[in-house]
Amino acid sequence: MFKDVTIGQYYPADSILHKLDPRVKFLGTVIFIVSVFLVRGFAGYAFVTAVLVTLIALSKVPFRFMLKGLRAILIILCITMIFNMFLTPGEVIFQKWIFKITREGVIQAVRMGVRLAYLVIGSSIMTLTTTPNQLTDAMESLFSPLKVVHAPVHEIAMMMSIALRFIPILMEETDKIMKAQIARGADFESGGIVKRIMNMIPLLVPLFVSAFRRANDLAMAMEARCYHGGEGRTQMKPLKYSGRDIVAYILIIGFLAGCIFFRITRL
Amino acid sequence: MILELKNVSFTYSRGTTYSVKALDNINLSIDEGQFIGVIGHTGSGKSTLIQHLNGLMQPTEGQVFYEGQDIWGSTDPAEQGKKKVSKKNRYDLRSLRTHVGLVFQYPENQLFETDVISDVSFGPKNQGLDETEIRRRAEEALRQTGVAEKFWKVSPFELSGGQKRRVAIAGVLAMNPKVLILDEPTAGLDPQGRDDILDQIKKLHDERGITILLVSHSMEDVANYADRIIVVNDGKIADDGTPKEVFSHYRELEKMGLAAPQTTYIVNELAERGMDVDTTATTITEAKESILKALLEKGQLRKGETFV
Repeated sequence: MFKDVTIGQYYPADSILHKLDPRVKFLGTVIFIVSVFLVRGFAGYAFVTAVLVTLIALSKVPFRFMLKGLRAILIILCITMIFNMFLTPGEVIFQKWIFKITREGVIQAVRMGVRLAYLVIGSSIMTLTTTPNQLTDAMESLFSPLKVVHAPVHEIAMMMSIALRFIPILMEETDKIMKAQIARGADFESGGIVKRIMNMIPLLVPLFVSAFRRANDLAMAMEARCYHGGEGRTQMKPLKYSGRDIVAYILIIGFLAGCIFFRITRL
Repeated sequence: MILELKNVSFTYSRGTTYSVKALDNINLSIDEGQFIGVIGHTGSGKSTLIQHLNGLMQPTEGQVFYEGQDIWGSTDPAEQGKKKVSKKNRYDLRSLRTHVGLVFQYPENQLFETDVISDVSFGPKNQGLDETEIRRRAEEALRQTGVAEKFWKVSPFELSGGQKRRVAIAGVLAMNPKVLILDEPTAGLDPQGRDDILDQIKKLHDERGITILLVSHSMEDVANYADRIIVVNDGKIADDGTPKEVFSHYRELEKMGLAAPQTTYIVNELAERGMDVDTTATTITEAKESILKALLEKGQLRKGETFV
Protein backbone atom coordinates (compact mmCIF):
# COMPACT_ATOMS: atom_id res chain seq x y z
CA MET A 1 0.00 0.00 0.00
CA PHE A 2 2.75 2.47 0.98
CA LYS A 3 5.42 0.71 -1.03
CA ASP A 4 6.00 3.61 -3.40
CA VAL A 5 7.12 6.17 -0.87
CA THR A 6 10.90 6.19 -0.85
CA ILE A 7 11.24 8.56 2.08
CA GLY A 8 12.54 6.75 5.11
CA GLN A 9 13.58 3.73 3.09
CA TYR A 10 17.21 3.27 3.82
CA TYR A 11 19.10 1.19 1.29
CA PRO A 12 22.09 -0.44 2.95
CA ALA A 13 25.26 -0.30 0.86
CA ASP A 14 28.91 0.46 1.38
CA SER A 15 29.51 3.74 -0.38
CA ILE A 16 31.22 7.03 0.33
CA LEU A 17 27.81 8.71 0.58
CA HIS A 18 26.67 6.21 3.21
CA LYS A 19 29.74 6.96 5.27
CA LEU A 20 29.43 10.75 5.15
CA ASP A 21 28.31 12.59 8.25
CA PRO A 22 24.51 12.99 8.09
CA ARG A 23 24.83 16.73 8.78
CA VAL A 24 26.87 17.10 5.60
CA LYS A 25 24.27 15.19 3.65
CA PHE A 26 21.43 17.22 5.13
CA LEU A 27 23.01 20.59 4.39
CA GLY A 28 24.16 19.32 1.02
CA THR A 29 20.59 18.33 0.15
CA VAL A 30 19.25 21.73 1.18
CA ILE A 31 21.87 23.44 -0.96
CA PHE A 32 21.14 21.08 -3.85
CA ILE A 33 17.43 21.92 -3.70
CA VAL A 34 18.21 25.65 -3.65
CA SER A 35 20.57 25.23 -6.61
CA VAL A 36 17.96 23.41 -8.65
CA PHE A 37 15.80 26.52 -8.38
CA LEU A 38 18.77 28.84 -8.83
CA VAL A 39 19.98 27.83 -12.25
CA ARG A 40 17.93 28.77 -15.28
CA GLY A 41 19.95 28.16 -18.43
CA PHE A 42 20.86 25.04 -20.34
CA ALA A 43 24.51 25.01 -19.22
CA GLY A 44 23.41 25.42 -15.60
CA TYR A 45 21.13 22.39 -15.80
CA ALA A 46 23.83 20.41 -17.53
CA PHE A 47 26.09 21.20 -14.58
CA VAL A 48 23.46 20.20 -12.00
CA THR A 49 22.66 17.03 -13.95
CA ALA A 50 26.34 16.08 -14.07
CA VAL A 51 26.60 16.51 -10.31
CA LEU A 52 23.41 14.52 -9.73
CA VAL A 53 24.56 11.66 -11.97
CA THR A 54 27.89 11.56 -10.13
CA LEU A 55 26.07 11.40 -6.79
CA ILE A 56 23.81 8.59 -7.99
CA ALA A 57 26.84 6.64 -9.16
CA LEU A 58 28.67 7.29 -5.88
CA SER A 59 25.71 6.19 -3.76
CA LYS A 60 25.74 2.61 -5.13
CA VAL A 61 21.96 2.58 -4.77
CA PRO A 62 20.13 1.17 -7.81
CA PHE A 63 18.55 4.02 -9.75
CA ARG A 64 15.11 2.40 -9.75
CA PHE A 65 14.85 3.03 -5.99
CA MET A 66 15.04 6.76 -6.67
CA LEU A 67 12.48 6.49 -9.46
CA LYS A 68 10.06 4.95 -6.97
CA GLY A 69 9.96 8.27 -5.13
CA LEU A 70 9.31 9.98 -8.43
CA ARG A 71 6.33 7.76 -9.14
CA ALA A 72 4.64 9.02 -5.98
CA ILE A 73 4.68 12.63 -7.24
CA LEU A 74 3.90 11.78 -10.84
CA ILE A 75 0.45 13.39 -10.71
CA ILE A 76 1.75 16.62 -9.17
CA LEU A 77 4.48 16.64 -11.78
CA CYS A 78 2.00 16.27 -14.65
CA ILE A 79 -0.37 18.94 -13.30
CA THR A 80 2.50 21.41 -12.85
CA MET A 81 3.80 20.78 -16.33
CA ILE A 82 0.38 21.07 -17.97
CA PHE A 83 -0.48 24.32 -16.18
CA ASN A 84 2.87 25.85 -17.05
CA MET A 85 2.55 24.76 -20.63
CA PHE A 86 -0.88 26.29 -21.24
CA LEU A 87 -0.89 29.30 -18.97
CA THR A 88 2.46 30.97 -19.63
CA PRO A 89 1.99 33.98 -21.90
CA GLY A 90 4.35 34.44 -24.81
CA GLU A 91 4.95 33.48 -28.43
CA VAL A 92 2.16 31.12 -29.54
CA ILE A 93 3.32 27.98 -31.31
CA PHE A 94 0.10 25.94 -31.19
CA GLN A 95 -3.51 27.00 -30.73
CA LYS A 96 -6.81 25.21 -30.65
CA TRP A 97 -10.04 26.78 -29.33
CA ILE A 98 -9.15 28.41 -25.98
CA PHE A 99 -6.02 26.32 -25.49
CA LYS A 100 -2.74 27.70 -26.65
CA ILE A 101 0.78 26.54 -26.11
CA THR A 102 3.55 29.08 -26.07
CA ARG A 103 7.27 28.67 -26.61
CA GLU A 104 7.92 30.15 -23.18
CA GLY A 105 5.31 27.80 -21.75
CA VAL A 106 7.06 24.72 -23.08
CA ILE A 107 10.40 25.91 -21.74
CA GLN A 108 8.85 26.73 -18.37
CA ALA A 109 7.07 23.34 -18.21
CA VAL A 110 10.24 21.43 -18.94
CA ARG A 111 12.11 23.53 -16.42
CA MET A 112 9.52 22.92 -13.68
CA GLY A 113 9.40 19.21 -14.49
CA VAL A 114 13.17 18.92 -14.27
CA ARG A 115 13.23 20.93 -11.05
CA LEU A 116 10.64 18.78 -9.33
CA ALA A 117 12.20 15.55 -10.53
CA TYR A 118 15.68 16.62 -9.39
CA LEU A 119 14.30 17.78 -6.07
CA VAL A 120 12.78 14.37 -5.39
CA ILE A 121 15.78 12.42 -6.67
CA GLY A 122 18.15 14.64 -4.69
CA SER A 123 16.31 14.15 -1.42
CA SER A 124 15.85 10.44 -2.19
CA ILE A 125 19.64 10.11 -2.41
CA MET A 126 19.87 11.51 1.10
CA THR A 127 17.13 9.30 2.58
CA LEU A 128 18.40 6.21 0.79
CA THR A 129 21.92 6.60 2.10
CA THR A 130 21.06 7.82 5.59
CA THR A 131 19.11 5.94 8.24
CA PRO A 132 16.17 7.91 9.67
CA ASN A 133 17.88 7.93 13.04
CA GLN A 134 21.05 9.44 11.64
CA LEU A 135 18.91 12.04 10.00
CA THR A 136 17.15 13.08 13.19
CA ASP A 137 20.52 13.17 14.97
CA ALA A 138 21.78 15.47 12.25
CA MET A 139 18.76 17.74 12.60
CA GLU A 140 19.08 17.85 16.34
CA SER A 141 22.72 18.81 16.02
CA LEU A 142 22.13 21.39 13.28
CA PHE A 143 19.20 23.04 15.04
CA SER A 144 20.75 22.95 18.50
CA PRO A 145 21.63 26.68 18.35
CA LEU A 146 17.86 27.25 18.58
CA LYS A 147 17.95 25.95 22.14
CA VAL A 148 19.10 29.44 23.10
CA VAL A 149 15.60 30.71 22.29
CA HIS A 150 14.10 27.74 24.21
CA ALA A 151 13.02 25.80 21.15
CA PRO A 152 12.50 22.14 22.22
CA VAL A 153 15.00 20.84 19.67
CA HIS A 154 15.77 17.58 21.43
CA GLU A 155 12.11 16.78 22.06
CA ILE A 156 11.20 17.42 18.44
CA ALA A 157 14.07 15.23 17.24
CA MET A 158 13.03 12.48 19.67
CA MET A 159 9.43 12.67 18.50
CA MET A 160 10.60 12.45 14.91
CA SER A 161 12.71 9.37 15.50
CA ILE A 162 9.88 7.70 17.41
CA ALA A 163 7.41 8.55 14.65
CA LEU A 164 9.78 7.16 12.03
CA ARG A 165 10.38 4.05 14.06
CA PHE A 166 6.64 3.46 14.34
CA ILE A 167 5.88 3.67 10.63
CA PRO A 168 7.01 0.12 9.78
CA ILE A 169 5.48 -1.25 12.98
CA LEU A 170 2.09 0.27 12.26
CA MET A 171 2.26 -0.83 8.65
CA GLU A 172 2.85 -4.38 9.75
CA GLU A 173 0.05 -4.07 12.29
CA THR A 174 -2.31 -2.77 9.59
CA ASP A 175 -1.45 -5.73 7.44
CA LYS A 176 -2.11 -8.17 10.28
CA ILE A 177 -5.45 -6.67 11.29
CA MET A 178 -6.51 -6.41 7.69
CA LYS A 179 -5.81 -10.09 7.17
CA ALA A 180 -7.60 -11.01 10.38
CA GLN A 181 -10.71 -9.10 9.27
CA ILE A 182 -10.54 -10.50 5.74
CA ALA A 183 -10.47 -13.95 7.35
CA ARG A 184 -13.77 -12.95 9.00
CA GLY A 185 -15.21 -12.06 5.61
CA ALA A 186 -14.51 -8.33 5.64
CA ASP A 187 -14.35 -6.66 2.25
CA PHE A 188 -11.97 -3.75 1.71
CA GLU A 189 -12.08 -3.70 -2.05
CA SER A 190 -15.58 -3.31 -3.42
CA GLY A 191 -18.48 -0.90 -2.96
CA GLY A 192 -18.91 2.85 -3.24
CA ILE A 193 -16.91 5.43 -1.35
CA VAL A 194 -19.26 5.61 1.66
CA LYS A 195 -19.39 1.84 1.96
CA ARG A 196 -15.65 1.61 1.67
CA ILE A 197 -15.13 4.13 4.44
CA MET A 198 -17.59 2.24 6.64
CA ASN A 199 -15.73 -0.95 5.84
CA MET A 200 -12.54 0.64 7.18
CA ILE A 201 -13.95 0.80 10.73
CA PRO A 202 -13.01 -2.81 11.59
CA LEU A 203 -9.48 -1.91 10.52
CA LEU A 204 -9.13 1.55 12.07
CA VAL A 205 -10.52 0.86 15.54
CA PRO A 206 -8.09 -1.97 16.35
CA LEU A 207 -5.27 0.00 14.74
CA PHE A 208 -5.87 3.02 16.99
CA VAL A 209 -6.24 0.83 20.04
CA SER A 210 -2.95 -0.84 19.23
CA ALA A 211 -1.18 2.45 18.48
CA PHE A 212 -2.23 3.90 21.84
CA ARG A 213 -1.22 0.74 23.63
CA ARG A 214 2.19 0.79 21.97
CA ALA A 215 2.69 4.47 22.76
CA ASN A 216 1.80 3.78 26.36
CA ASP A 217 4.22 0.85 26.56
CA LEU A 218 6.98 2.91 25.00
CA ALA A 219 6.45 5.79 27.43
CA MET A 220 6.59 3.32 30.29
CA ALA A 221 9.76 1.70 28.98
CA MET A 222 11.43 5.10 28.51
CA GLU A 223 10.54 6.15 32.02
CA ALA A 224 11.78 2.84 33.40
CA ARG A 225 15.13 3.73 31.86
CA CYS A 226 15.06 7.16 33.49
CA TYR A 227 14.47 9.19 30.36
CA HIS A 228 14.03 12.82 31.35
CA GLY A 229 14.43 14.82 28.16
CA GLY A 230 17.46 16.27 26.44
CA GLU A 231 19.14 18.07 29.33
CA GLY A 232 22.63 16.63 29.85
CA ARG A 233 21.89 13.62 27.68
CA THR A 234 24.86 12.14 25.82
CA GLN A 235 24.74 10.00 22.71
CA MET A 236 25.97 6.50 22.13
CA LYS A 237 27.35 7.44 18.73
CA PRO A 238 28.05 11.19 18.79
CA LEU A 239 28.40 12.77 15.37
CA LYS A 240 32.00 13.64 14.55
CA TYR A 241 33.35 15.28 11.42
CA SER A 242 36.20 13.50 9.69
CA GLY A 243 38.49 14.49 6.83
CA ARG A 244 36.11 13.38 4.11
CA ASP A 245 33.29 15.45 5.61
CA ILE A 246 35.39 18.60 5.32
CA VAL A 247 36.24 17.73 1.72
CA ALA A 248 32.54 17.21 1.11
CA TYR A 249 31.72 20.62 2.59
CA ILE A 250 34.29 22.26 0.32
CA LEU A 251 32.79 20.48 -2.70
CA ILE A 252 29.28 21.56 -1.69
CA ILE A 253 30.38 25.19 -1.40
CA GLY A 254 32.11 24.84 -4.76
CA PHE A 255 28.89 23.45 -6.23
CA LEU A 256 26.86 26.34 -4.82
CA ALA A 257 29.39 28.83 -6.18
CA GLY A 258 29.15 27.14 -9.57
CA CYS A 259 25.36 27.43 -9.56
CA ILE A 260 25.52 31.10 -8.57
CA PHE A 261 27.97 31.64 -11.39
CA PHE A 262 25.57 30.04 -13.89
CA ARG A 263 22.74 32.16 -12.53
CA ILE A 264 24.65 35.42 -12.85
CA THR A 265 26.00 34.68 -16.29
CA ARG A 266 22.52 33.42 -17.32
CA LEU A 267 23.99 30.40 -19.05
CA MET B 1 -9.99 -34.84 1.55
CA ILE B 2 -11.08 -31.30 2.33
CA LEU B 3 -7.88 -29.33 1.73
CA GLU B 4 -4.96 -30.16 -0.46
CA LEU B 5 -1.73 -28.39 -1.34
CA LYS B 6 0.13 -29.45 -4.46
CA ASN B 7 3.76 -28.43 -4.96
CA VAL B 8 3.13 -25.13 -3.19
CA SER B 9 6.03 -22.70 -2.93
CA PHE B 10 5.96 -19.13 -1.73
CA THR B 11 8.68 -16.51 -1.99
CA TYR B 12 8.50 -13.17 -0.18
CA SER B 13 9.58 -10.07 -2.16
CA ARG B 14 10.30 -12.08 -5.24
CA GLY B 15 12.83 -10.56 -7.62
CA THR B 16 14.44 -8.25 -5.07
CA THR B 17 17.54 -8.58 -2.96
CA TYR B 18 15.32 -9.28 0.05
CA SER B 19 13.62 -12.33 -1.47
CA VAL B 20 13.07 -15.19 0.99
CA LYS B 21 11.68 -18.59 0.15
CA ALA B 22 9.17 -19.21 2.93
CA LEU B 23 7.55 -22.34 1.53
CA ASP B 24 9.38 -24.86 -0.58
CA ASN B 25 7.40 -27.39 -2.60
CA ILE B 26 4.80 -28.32 0.00
CA ASN B 27 2.52 -31.29 -0.63
CA LEU B 28 -0.15 -31.80 1.95
CA SER B 29 -3.62 -33.22 2.21
CA ILE B 30 -5.99 -32.72 5.08
CA ASP B 31 -8.94 -35.02 5.64
CA GLU B 32 -12.24 -33.97 7.12
CA GLY B 33 -12.49 -34.40 10.88
CA GLN B 34 -8.78 -34.53 11.63
CA PHE B 35 -7.25 -32.75 14.58
CA ILE B 36 -3.85 -31.66 13.33
CA GLY B 37 -1.06 -30.11 15.31
CA VAL B 38 1.37 -27.95 13.34
CA ILE B 39 4.76 -27.44 14.94
CA GLY B 40 7.93 -25.70 13.83
CA HIS B 41 10.28 -23.11 15.26
CA THR B 42 9.76 -19.38 14.80
CA GLY B 43 10.26 -18.44 11.16
CA SER B 44 9.89 -21.99 9.88
CA GLY B 45 7.01 -21.05 7.60
CA LYS B 46 4.03 -22.25 9.67
CA SER B 47 2.20 -18.93 9.54
CA THR B 48 2.79 -18.61 5.81
CA LEU B 49 1.55 -22.14 5.34
CA ILE B 50 -1.75 -21.65 7.17
CA GLN B 51 -2.45 -18.41 5.34
CA HIS B 52 -2.36 -20.38 2.11
CA LEU B 53 -5.15 -22.63 3.32
CA ASN B 54 -7.83 -19.94 3.25
CA GLY B 55 -6.57 -17.98 0.27
CA LEU B 56 -5.12 -15.05 2.21
CA MET B 57 -1.86 -15.68 0.43
CA GLN B 58 -1.43 -16.82 -3.11
CA PRO B 59 1.33 -19.36 -3.72
CA THR B 60 4.03 -18.22 -6.12
CA GLU B 61 4.05 -21.78 -7.45
CA GLY B 62 1.71 -24.73 -7.06
CA GLN B 63 -2.00 -25.13 -6.35
CA VAL B 64 -4.33 -25.10 -3.37
CA PHE B 65 -7.50 -27.18 -3.49
CA TYR B 66 -10.56 -26.86 -1.28
CA GLU B 67 -12.99 -29.77 -1.70
CA GLY B 68 -11.25 -30.61 -4.97
CA GLN B 69 -11.54 -27.12 -6.43
CA ASP B 70 -8.40 -25.12 -7.27
CA ILE B 71 -8.96 -21.87 -5.34
CA TRP B 72 -6.70 -19.82 -7.59
CA GLY B 73 -7.91 -21.48 -10.79
CA SER B 74 -11.07 -20.94 -12.78
CA THR B 75 -14.48 -22.31 -11.83
CA ASP B 76 -15.22 -22.74 -15.52
CA PRO B 77 -13.76 -26.03 -16.80
CA ALA B 78 -13.20 -24.48 -20.24
CA GLU B 79 -10.81 -22.00 -18.73
CA GLN B 80 -8.90 -24.50 -16.67
CA GLY B 81 -5.16 -24.58 -16.93
CA LYS B 82 -4.96 -20.96 -18.05
CA LYS B 83 -2.75 -18.58 -16.14
CA LYS B 84 -5.13 -15.64 -16.26
CA VAL B 85 -8.60 -16.24 -14.86
CA SER B 86 -11.42 -13.98 -16.03
CA LYS B 87 -13.12 -12.06 -13.25
CA LYS B 88 -16.49 -13.79 -13.34
CA ASN B 89 -14.96 -17.26 -13.19
CA ARG B 90 -12.79 -16.51 -10.20
CA TYR B 91 -13.18 -18.76 -7.22
CA ASP B 92 -15.20 -17.09 -4.46
CA LEU B 93 -12.46 -16.55 -1.89
CA ARG B 94 -14.78 -14.75 0.53
CA SER B 95 -16.98 -17.80 0.85
CA LEU B 96 -13.90 -20.00 1.13
CA ARG B 97 -12.80 -17.95 4.14
CA THR B 98 -16.08 -18.70 5.87
CA HIS B 99 -15.52 -22.42 5.31
CA VAL B 100 -11.90 -22.29 6.41
CA GLY B 101 -11.85 -20.11 9.54
CA LEU B 102 -8.50 -18.71 10.55
CA VAL B 103 -7.80 -17.41 14.04
CA PHE B 104 -4.60 -15.40 14.01
CA GLN B 105 -2.08 -15.06 16.78
CA TYR B 106 -3.30 -12.68 19.48
CA PRO B 107 -6.72 -12.51 17.83
CA GLU B 108 -8.01 -10.10 20.50
CA ASN B 109 -6.23 -7.36 18.52
CA GLN B 110 -8.94 -7.59 15.88
CA LEU B 111 -11.86 -6.69 18.20
CA PHE B 112 -13.49 -3.41 17.26
CA GLU B 113 -17.23 -3.39 18.01
CA THR B 114 -19.00 -1.63 20.86
CA ASP B 115 -20.16 -4.86 22.48
CA VAL B 116 -19.16 -8.49 22.46
CA ILE B 117 -22.14 -9.89 20.60
CA SER B 118 -21.92 -7.39 17.72
CA ASP B 119 -18.24 -8.17 17.35
CA VAL B 120 -18.94 -11.87 17.08
CA SER B 121 -21.74 -11.08 14.59
CA PHE B 122 -19.28 -9.39 12.23
CA GLY B 123 -18.36 -12.63 10.46
CA PRO B 124 -21.91 -13.97 9.93
CA LYS B 125 -23.04 -10.49 8.89
CA ASN B 126 -20.41 -10.52 6.14
CA GLN B 127 -21.85 -13.83 5.01
CA GLY B 128 -25.11 -12.03 4.28
CA LEU B 129 -27.28 -14.01 6.68
CA ASP B 130 -30.54 -12.65 8.14
CA GLU B 131 -30.78 -11.02 11.57
CA THR B 132 -32.13 -14.00 13.52
CA GLU B 133 -29.60 -16.40 12.02
CA ILE B 134 -26.74 -13.99 12.75
CA ARG B 135 -27.90 -13.70 16.33
CA ARG B 136 -28.32 -17.45 16.70
CA ARG B 137 -24.84 -18.17 15.33
CA ALA B 138 -23.20 -15.50 17.49
CA GLU B 139 -24.85 -16.82 20.64
CA GLU B 140 -23.98 -20.38 19.78
CA ALA B 141 -20.34 -19.48 19.14
CA LEU B 142 -20.09 -17.53 22.40
CA ARG B 143 -21.56 -20.45 24.34
CA GLN B 144 -19.18 -22.88 22.67
CA THR B 145 -16.14 -20.79 23.54
CA GLY B 146 -17.39 -20.41 27.10
CA VAL B 147 -18.11 -16.68 27.24
CA ALA B 148 -20.65 -16.13 30.02
CA GLU B 149 -23.89 -14.43 29.02
CA LYS B 150 -23.32 -11.48 31.36
CA PHE B 151 -20.40 -10.38 29.13
CA TRP B 152 -22.36 -10.35 25.88
CA LYS B 153 -23.42 -6.72 26.11
CA VAL B 154 -20.10 -5.51 27.53
CA SER B 155 -17.47 -3.71 25.43
CA PRO B 156 -14.86 -6.26 24.37
CA PHE B 157 -12.15 -3.83 25.46
CA GLU B 158 -13.25 -4.15 29.09
CA LEU B 159 -12.72 -7.90 29.22
CA SER B 160 -9.70 -9.75 30.57
CA GLY B 161 -7.09 -11.14 28.18
CA GLY B 162 -8.45 -14.68 28.29
CA GLN B 163 -12.05 -13.53 27.77
CA LYS B 164 -11.04 -11.33 24.83
CA ARG B 165 -9.30 -14.30 23.27
CA ARG B 166 -12.47 -16.38 23.57
CA VAL B 167 -14.58 -13.63 22.04
CA ALA B 168 -12.15 -13.38 19.13
CA ILE B 169 -12.23 -17.13 18.56
CA ALA B 170 -16.03 -17.03 18.73
CA GLY B 171 -15.91 -14.34 16.03
CA VAL B 172 -14.40 -16.85 13.62
CA LEU B 173 -16.45 -19.78 14.87
CA ALA B 174 -19.71 -17.89 14.29
CA MET B 175 -19.15 -18.23 10.55
CA ASN B 176 -19.68 -21.99 11.00
CA PRO B 177 -16.42 -23.03 9.37
CA LYS B 178 -15.76 -26.63 8.37
CA VAL B 179 -12.07 -26.18 9.05
CA LEU B 180 -10.79 -24.11 11.94
CA ILE B 181 -7.15 -23.04 11.93
CA LEU B 182 -5.77 -21.57 15.14
CA ASP B 183 -2.36 -19.92 15.22
CA GLU B 184 -1.07 -20.31 18.76
CA PRO B 185 -4.41 -19.70 20.43
CA THR B 186 -2.91 -20.06 23.88
CA ALA B 187 0.09 -17.70 23.58
CA GLY B 188 0.30 -15.44 26.59
CA LEU B 189 -2.48 -17.13 28.59
CA ASP B 190 -2.17 -18.57 32.09
CA PRO B 191 -2.24 -22.41 32.46
CA GLN B 192 -5.93 -22.42 33.44
CA GLY B 193 -6.94 -20.25 30.48
CA ARG B 194 -4.81 -22.37 28.18
CA ASP B 195 -6.41 -25.65 29.24
CA ASP B 196 -9.91 -24.14 29.05
CA ILE B 197 -9.40 -22.93 25.49
CA LEU B 198 -7.81 -26.17 24.32
CA ASP B 199 -10.59 -28.24 25.92
CA GLN B 200 -13.17 -26.10 24.18
CA ILE B 201 -11.40 -26.57 20.85
CA LYS B 202 -11.32 -30.32 21.47
CA LYS B 203 -15.06 -30.23 22.19
CA LEU B 204 -15.72 -28.39 18.92
CA HIS B 205 -13.79 -31.08 17.12
CA ASP B 206 -15.60 -33.95 18.84
CA GLU B 207 -19.12 -32.50 18.83
CA ARG B 208 -19.32 -30.50 15.65
CA GLY B 209 -16.82 -32.57 13.69
CA ILE B 210 -14.83 -29.51 12.70
CA THR B 211 -11.43 -30.18 11.19
CA ILE B 212 -8.88 -28.46 13.42
CA LEU B 213 -5.40 -27.21 12.65
CA LEU B 214 -3.64 -26.11 15.79
CA VAL B 215 -0.34 -24.28 15.47
CA SER B 216 1.52 -24.48 18.72
CA HIS B 217 4.88 -24.20 20.36
CA SER B 218 3.89 -26.50 23.17
CA MET B 219 4.69 -30.12 22.39
CA GLU B 220 2.61 -31.21 25.38
CA ASP B 221 -0.50 -29.51 24.01
CA VAL B 222 -0.01 -30.98 20.58
CA ALA B 223 0.61 -34.46 22.04
CA ASN B 224 -2.48 -34.24 24.22
CA TYR B 225 -4.95 -33.06 21.61
CA ALA B 226 -3.84 -33.80 18.06
CA ASP B 227 -4.25 -37.08 16.22
CA ARG B 228 -1.80 -36.01 13.52
CA ILE B 229 1.27 -33.80 13.68
CA ILE B 230 2.88 -31.86 10.86
CA VAL B 231 6.39 -30.61 11.44
CA VAL B 232 7.43 -27.60 9.38
CA ASN B 233 11.10 -26.76 9.02
CA ASP B 234 12.76 -24.29 6.62
CA GLY B 235 9.59 -24.06 4.56
CA LYS B 236 9.38 -27.80 4.07
CA ILE B 237 7.33 -30.50 5.72
CA ALA B 238 9.93 -32.29 7.79
CA ASP B 239 7.65 -34.89 9.35
CA ASP B 240 3.98 -35.87 9.21
CA GLY B 241 2.32 -38.59 11.25
CA THR B 242 0.66 -39.53 14.50
CA PRO B 243 2.10 -37.97 17.68
CA LYS B 244 3.70 -41.30 18.53
CA GLU B 245 5.47 -41.53 15.17
CA VAL B 246 6.61 -37.94 15.12
CA PHE B 247 7.84 -37.79 18.70
CA SER B 248 9.74 -41.05 18.34
CA HIS B 249 12.02 -39.02 16.05
CA TYR B 250 12.75 -36.62 18.86
CA ARG B 251 16.46 -36.51 18.04
CA GLU B 252 15.61 -35.08 14.60
CA LEU B 253 13.15 -32.66 16.18
CA GLU B 254 15.88 -31.36 18.45
CA LYS B 255 18.06 -30.61 15.44
CA MET B 256 15.26 -28.36 14.16
CA GLY B 257 15.14 -26.43 17.41
CA LEU B 258 12.07 -28.35 18.59
CA ALA B 259 11.62 -31.05 21.19
CA ALA B 260 9.34 -33.89 22.16
CA PRO B 261 7.00 -33.65 25.16
CA GLN B 262 8.77 -34.13 28.48
CA THR B 263 6.94 -37.44 28.88
CA THR B 264 8.81 -38.84 25.87
CA TYR B 265 12.12 -37.97 27.49
CA ILE B 266 11.15 -39.58 30.78
CA VAL B 267 9.99 -42.88 29.26
CA ASN B 268 13.06 -43.03 27.02
CA GLU B 269 15.36 -42.38 29.96
CA LEU B 270 13.59 -45.08 31.99
CA ALA B 271 13.88 -47.54 29.10
CA GLU B 272 17.59 -46.78 28.82
CA ARG B 273 17.99 -47.66 32.48
CA GLY B 274 16.43 -51.01 31.89
CA MET B 275 12.78 -50.46 32.72
CA ASP B 276 10.33 -52.12 30.37
CA VAL B 277 8.20 -49.07 29.48
CA ASP B 278 6.50 -48.11 26.27
CA THR B 279 8.78 -45.47 24.73
CA THR B 280 6.07 -44.21 22.38
CA ALA B 281 3.99 -42.82 25.24
CA THR B 282 3.46 -39.11 24.58
CA THR B 283 0.83 -38.09 27.10
CA ILE B 284 1.07 -38.21 30.87
CA THR B 285 -1.77 -40.72 31.15
CA GLU B 286 -0.12 -43.13 28.72
CA ALA B 287 3.21 -42.81 30.47
CA LYS B 288 1.61 -43.42 33.86
CA GLU B 289 -0.14 -46.57 32.68
CA SER B 290 3.02 -47.89 31.10
CA ILE B 291 5.22 -47.19 34.13
CA LEU B 292 2.70 -48.76 36.50
CA LYS B 293 2.51 -51.82 34.29
CA ALA B 294 6.28 -52.16 34.21
CA LEU B 295 6.53 -51.82 37.99
CA LEU B 296 3.77 -54.37 38.48
CA GLU B 297 5.53 -56.88 36.23
CA LYS B 298 8.76 -56.40 38.09
CA GLY B 299 6.93 -57.01 41.34
CA GLN B 300 7.93 -53.64 42.74
CA LEU B 301 4.31 -52.68 43.09
CA ARG B 302 1.48 -54.72 44.46
CA LYS B 303 -1.77 -54.97 42.55
CA GLY B 304 -4.19 -52.19 43.45
CA GLU B 305 -1.40 -49.99 44.75
CA THR B 306 -1.00 -46.78 42.81
CA PHE B 307 0.72 -43.43 42.78
CA VAL B 308 -0.88 -40.56 44.55
